[in-house]
Amino acid sequence: MAQLKGWREIPIGGLILEAGNAVEYKTGGWRAFRPVFGQAQCIHCFQCWLFCPDSSIMVDAENEKMVGFDLEHCKGCGICASVCPVNAKVIRQAGEALKRDDPRLCIRMIEEGKAE
Amino acid sequence: MSKYEALTGDQAVATAMRQINPDVVAAYPITPQTETVEFFAEYVANGEVTTDFICVESEHSAMSACVGASAAGARVMTATSANGLALMWEVVYIAASLRCPIVMSLVNRALSGPINIHCDHSDVMGMRDSGWIILFSENGQEAYDNIIQAVRIAEHPDVLLPVAVCQDGFITSHAMERVEVYDDADVRAFVGTYRPKWSILDVDNPKTYGPLDFYDYYYEHKRQQVEAMEHARRVILEVADEFNRKFGRNYGLFETYRLEDADVAVVVTNSTAGTAKVVVDNLRAQGLKVGLLKPRVFRPFPAKELTDALRHLKAVAVMDRSIAFGSMNNAGPLFLELTAALAIHGVHIPIADYVFGLGGRDIKPSEIESVYRDMLRVAETGRVERLVTYLSVRE
Repeated sequence: MAQLKGWREIPIGGLILEAGNAVEYKTGGWRAFRPVFGQAQCIHCFQCWLFCPDSSIMVDAENEKMVGFDLEHCKGCGICASVCPVNAKVIRQAGEALKRDDPRLCIRMIEEGKAE
Repeated sequence: MSKYEALTGDQAVATAMRQINPDVVAAYPITPQTETVEFFAEYVANGEVTTDFICVESEHSAMSACVGASAAGARVMTATSANGLALMWEVVYIAASLRCPIVMSLVNRALSGPINIHCDHSDVMGMRDSGWIILFSENGQEAYDNIIQAVRIAEHPDVLLPVAVCQDGFITSHAMERVEVYDDADVRAFVGTYRPKWSILDVDNPKTYGPLDFYDYYYEHKRQQVEAMEHARRVILEVADEFNRKFGRNYGLFETYRLEDADVAVVVTNSTAGTAKVVVDNLRAQGLKVGLLKPRVFRPFPAKELTDALRHLKAVAVMDRSIAFGSMNNAGPLFLELTAALAIHGVHIPIADYVFGLGGRDIKPSEIESVYRDMLRVAETGRVERLVTYLSVRE
């Protein structure tokens, strides 16, 4: 962790005077469930990228591909898995409620600490 | 050219606000609001000010709007009273900690319950540790002068704290008195233009107000607030000095009245100090050496200066218009703080507290005289018989 500053060295009132610095705040440690991406199923629709509240979906813009998750910032909310149309299709075809880590899903939510 | 007008305390404050012409006023328009906001709304409607007047649905929203406008870089004022202040509670602290130089007219009235709308100081004493600078005013003139000075104190770059300017509910807020109103241009020149250093409307330099601030930095921001309060001690006197040179009225941390050669004194704020001056004159005419000290600045508390002004006395009575329930002997807040100050600075004078006037109960000259007579006896015996007296309560 960076050296913490004294009260004379920081802006008053908790002001943050630089923009775009949320990237420095690593929130990945908050996660209880980790999203895992099934490359084979993905249709690269970018619904997860659109809905992710933390800009944690990494994309290859040039080739228009979803490439994975920024796990330093992803808090594991699971919105990506909820909005994934492939997940929806898999669940519908299965005809039953699937566990969040079912291997058939495109975006699976795996409990932190557990293997994929 | 200044001119004398017959104004209520509320009108005097509204007049100061008109002359200051703040960028934003956010206030709740209904009870327990004072007439100040009604008068000011007329100035807005008549185009006498260019202020954006935000009429909100509660005092919590009023102070929230003030904080937002202040963060945007506006010069912001508001007015409230009693339970209105209580409803602002959460945001009162936020205004101070986000370092928003908001100026509030606070007409001191009793907190419910039972429901009461009349004068006492239970409202302001609740905010004494909130980080606001608190000024007291004896009459409409002082409220007017304090509001003008408050803008400069609040916005000083070394301070950047909100300021509450108090006066007594109904006793001075609704009573008409002679007030010297200075020339509009002179007041505007005195308050100057507010140049905020960190405006969120400065889109070329984006910044964040009010982010999460945990155990790693919150404490450092509180330490900064302490520093700002310490700077305020100096700035309040600098502003008072400049005000005196411009408008010819001398304000300090407190006012003393026939105190220098007195044996006993009463310490009391706001309008009751005016009544007490008459009592002092009457007793002086009888050859009794009595004096008065009227605190103007309650936050930051001028502990050392008060001690120096009182150290020659043989007995001191504090008159408190509120009770700090459950505190030492259920005394009043002013007494508790002053006794601590005297003790810390090694001054051991017999001292007693007189709680009075709760919920607007009248305080009569004869009652203040009885306090002085008690203290003259204490000065002789050197012994305080009753630490806290609830003056004129019916047994």
